[in-house]
Amino acid sequence: MSNGLLHPTRRGLLLAGGAGLLTAALPGHVAAQAAPIRIGFQLHRTGIGAAYGRWYERTTQAALKAINDAGGIAGRPVEILFEDDATDPKRGSEVVDKLTQADGCDLVMGTLFSHVVMGSAPRAGELKVPYLVCSEGYHVASGALNRWTLQPGITDVRAQISTMAPWVAANLGKKVTMVFPDYAFGHDHRDFFTKAVAEQGGEVIAQIAVPPTETSFTRYFPQIPAETEVLYHVMVGPAVLTFVKELGEFYGTGAKPALFGFVDSLEAVDTATPGLEFLEGSHFWEAHPRVKPADAGEHEAAYRAAVGVDDNGASVSDAKDISTYSHMFSTWETLYFIKQAMEASGYAGPADRQKLVEAMEAISDLPYGIERPQGAKRFNGKTHQVFGTQSISQVQGGKLVKVHTTTIEEGLYEDAVDYTTMSF
Amino acid sequence: MRRNGLRVWALHLALLAVLASAQFWLSPYLATNLARIMVLAVFAMGYNLAFGYTGLLSLGHALLLAAGMYAAGLPALLWGWSAGPAFIAGLAGGGLVAAVLGLLALRTAGVSFMIVTLMFAQAGFLTLLYFAPVTRGNDGFAVAAASRSFLGFDLSTDTPRFLAAFAIFATGLLVSLALMRSPFGRTMIAMRENEERSRMLGYNPFTVKLAALTLSGLYAGAAGAAYALLFGYVGASFATIQYSILPMLYVLMGGAGTTLGPFLGALLMFALVEAATGLTTAHQFIIGAALVALVLFAPKGILGTVRERWAKWLP
Amino acid sequence: MAFGPFLLLALMEGLVTAAVLALAAAGLSLVFGVMRVVNVAHGEFYMLGAVLAWAVTGMIPGPAALTFLAALIIAPVLVAALAAVADGLILKRLNYDPEATIVATIGLLYILQQAALSLYGPNANPVPAPFEWRIQLPWFGYSGYKLFVVLAALAVLLALWTFLSRTRAGLIMRATQVDRMTAQAFGINVDRVYMGTFALGAGLAALAGVLVVPIQQAQYLMGHDPLLLSFIVVIIGGLGSLRGTLVAAVVIGLSDGVISMFFSPTLAKILATLLVAMVLVLRPQGLFGARA
Repeated sequence: MSNGLLHPTRRGLLLAGGAGLLTAALPGHVAAQAAPIRIGFQLHRTGIGAAYGRWYERTTQAALKAINDAGGIAGRPVEILFEDDATDPKRGSEVVDKLTQADGCDLVMGTLFSHVVMGSAPRAGELKVPYLVCSEGYHVASGALNRWTLQPGITDVRAQISTMAPWVAANLGKKVTMVFPDYAFGHDHRDFFTKAVAEQGGEVIAQIAVPPTETSFTRYFPQIPAETEVLYHVMVGPAVLTFVKELGEFYGTGAKPALFGFVDSLEAVDTATPGLEFLEGSHFWEAHPRVKPADAGEHEAAYRAAVGVDDNGASVSDAKDISTYSHMFSTWETLYFIKQAMEASGYAGPADRQKLVEAMEAISDLPYGIERPQGAKRFNGKTHQVFGTQSISQVQGGKLVKVHTTTIEEGLYEDAVDYTTMSF
Repeated sequence: MRRNGLRVWALHLALLAVLASAQFWLSPYLATNLARIMVLAVFAMGYNLAFGYTGLLSLGHALLLAAGMYAAGLPALLWGWSAGPAFIAGLAGGGLVAAVLGLLALRTAGVSFMIVTLMFAQAGFLTLLYFAPVTRGNDGFAVAAASRSFLGFDLSTDTPRFLAAFAIFATGLLVSLALMRSPFGRTMIAMRENEERSRMLGYNPFTVKLAALTLSGLYAGAAGAAYALLFGYVGASFATIQYSILPMLYVLMGGAGTTLGPFLGALLMFALVEAATGLTTAHQFIIGAALVALVLFAPKGILGTVRERWAKWLP
Repeated sequence: MAFGPFLLLALMEGLVTAAVLALAAAGLSLVFGVMRVVNVAHGEFYMLGAVLAWAVTGMIPGPAALTFLAALIIAPVLVAALAAVADGLILKRLNYDPEATIVATIGLLYILQQAALSLYGPNANPVPAPFEWRIQLPWFGYSGYKLFVVLAALAVLLALWTFLSRTRAGLIMRATQVDRMTAQAFGINVDRVYMGTFALGAGLAALAGVLVVPIQQAQYLMGHDPLLLSFIVVIIGGLGSLRGTLVAAVVIGLSDGVISMFFSPTLAKILATLLVAMVLVLRPQGLFGARA
């Protein structure tokens, strides 16, 4: 009973093993091999995060295969258990529980949506299990979470935004109107961009917060002031395509402000979709350029091949299946971060979890390599947050073409918390 | 009648004894989940008082759950209240919001009541988002460790958490049982069965229904507060329609108008999700099919059907 | 933007919302009115309509207008057939018990949503509009297709009204709605009426889904909002009143649009929701319902 609920699939294995058939059939060296490291993955398989979840799973499987092919972690094979959290905070904390207590995972990773992170992190803290999120939320670095929660795979939204403001003010215009979803993710954009653009001598002249339940947007567009030079937009969820299409219909052939958006508005969406023609010439933030840039790093091709993505950021098996390219690399990089910290700390099992977190906190420079296909990173052990470069792309001929890359330094800001002083 | 009374109390106390001992023989994982189920069952018991016994088909109970959750969680966040006062605030918050909701919505009946409660709950959810600087909006917030202690016990650790959940559940169950065996409980059922006749007998239907809904709100508030304090998270997702449908589902599965139905429904639904996610990634198929099969087999819910066929004495 | 054009835009947007809502709600009104079944899966029929429209337009070669027309016929028929099967296999066996059917249709919702997720995937996919026509007004541009949706919805509702009031099948349906027992005594096959009603209701929802998909894309969770709004429209309009349903859809669509002119979006949504709720509090039988 102490194992809790077993997965029936695993139970089937155990039964077969019990019959003695399986063990007899296995070659001898397998039995001698070390027990696998088991990683729990909190996956948005259903619910509003499903479009992201699917690509998070594919990228993680690819990284897992690459790591196991290269000998695993500290010589031990790695296995990953994916558990659906329905993109719901309550189920999220239950999933952390299940992966840790019932499935015996060494740590839990992979969460994207920030309300699920907020709902799950307290349970991870109680269970004293490392919880590595791939969310880009500012929740980790703001100090709202705990010593067991880290974000080593993706730059947080505060840093992303701060690096965009100078470029927007210098190249697109200084009078900005913002359209964003009326919840925490949107509020981070509102607060940090407004502040950052003011430092550049620019000004946010209107902020339009759209309720997250909204599926139609046209009626809010008249609130955009006529003197707007730049329209800054960021949307998430299934209604994103509606948003950009309606924006196009609204402005049509008339005069329109320059558009600057976060690619979140178009993740998993083909930029060549009919109705999106008006995006031509507009700019987007990307973490990891979807369309392979001419000056892409040496590992870009290998990463795309491993995940199964072509040079346009679509699935190799279906050109219409567009990836969530600017977010999914975080699961790949997080897995390699785990490998690095486990090997550095001599991690042997759940008793070493505290040692593992301390080893993670000691990491700082993360150079470019196949471990980090998005680019070099700097990890801040005190705030548990990683920082990387950002890109700006322009829609040219229906494709996102990279036009600018920021430095890591541009995104750094003062520490708001020092988790290393907190107790475990 | 007296023999029935003994049998009924014995059944409920036996269940409570089994649950109290469960933390010793269940794995920590299952014990924690049993604590979750007991908290959700309190919510469902409250729903059962309104819907199962009084016939008030509400689709707005998420509002009452969230009222309790935020009434407990916000003072903890803003002023550092400890678990005791925060829980009482949550209880009161649920009851108060239910009373106000009742004053407005009880002017309607039947499906209109269902829609009005749904809309007030939707407005409540949006209000939580609108006041995000205070409520932390959709992301919600983690309840600080200092606020999760009660008389020196740390509610974020397994045993105190389980005992606290059990205590709230046991209180809720025994109160609802006592209520159903009291004259007021019979008046509630009379409202469901024939409002016109009970009016002629001298009862004011509005007052009775308002009292039942307020009571229901106290349960929902207690559950919301308990979730915040025992599991450490408060968020607007608990105010969405999903959390109005859940208690209805629990109650209908377990048996509407039975004291033990809400707990059984919550337990079953949890087991169903656990089993289904283990079997296949398309787990919603299994859950959907199981719900359909269940209702075909036991249209009055499990305990409702048991009562109809075998045990007429079940309360 | 000046007040006049702003108001015009808000009204146009409100009308489109109202049109889609009226169609989806008309289906629910039938099911709810005739069968007294709270069909929680109604929004999923709407979603299936949209997803099937995507599949049909993708599979059939030809100009957009033609493939869309095909989708407009094929998708609602398929969904109606599916609903008829669900009725025969599940709802009929439950004897249309109001409580049991809630659980059963929640189960159906899970099954249909999972089917869409597994077979169609989680992405939102666009379906091209049958024609590309943008109206450029001096102040803003507007999609001509959206205006087409309003006209199409009106035509369908008119046809539905004719069906219910002028044909024998419609008469039988209304008779069953008024009194099931008497209808049965007069030799009406109530089971068949119910199956037909459930299929028709689902077909109307699917039709709304097909019409909306060039505006909003097909996505497996899209049934959620129309479900809630349809219920609201049906009850505000007054149970069983097609005219009430239409008026309520217009009231809700327009109030949502106009209120959003004056307040920040989330506050506008709160106020619009409370306003509609208060209509029901003050007039519990709905706008056009008879006093019980």
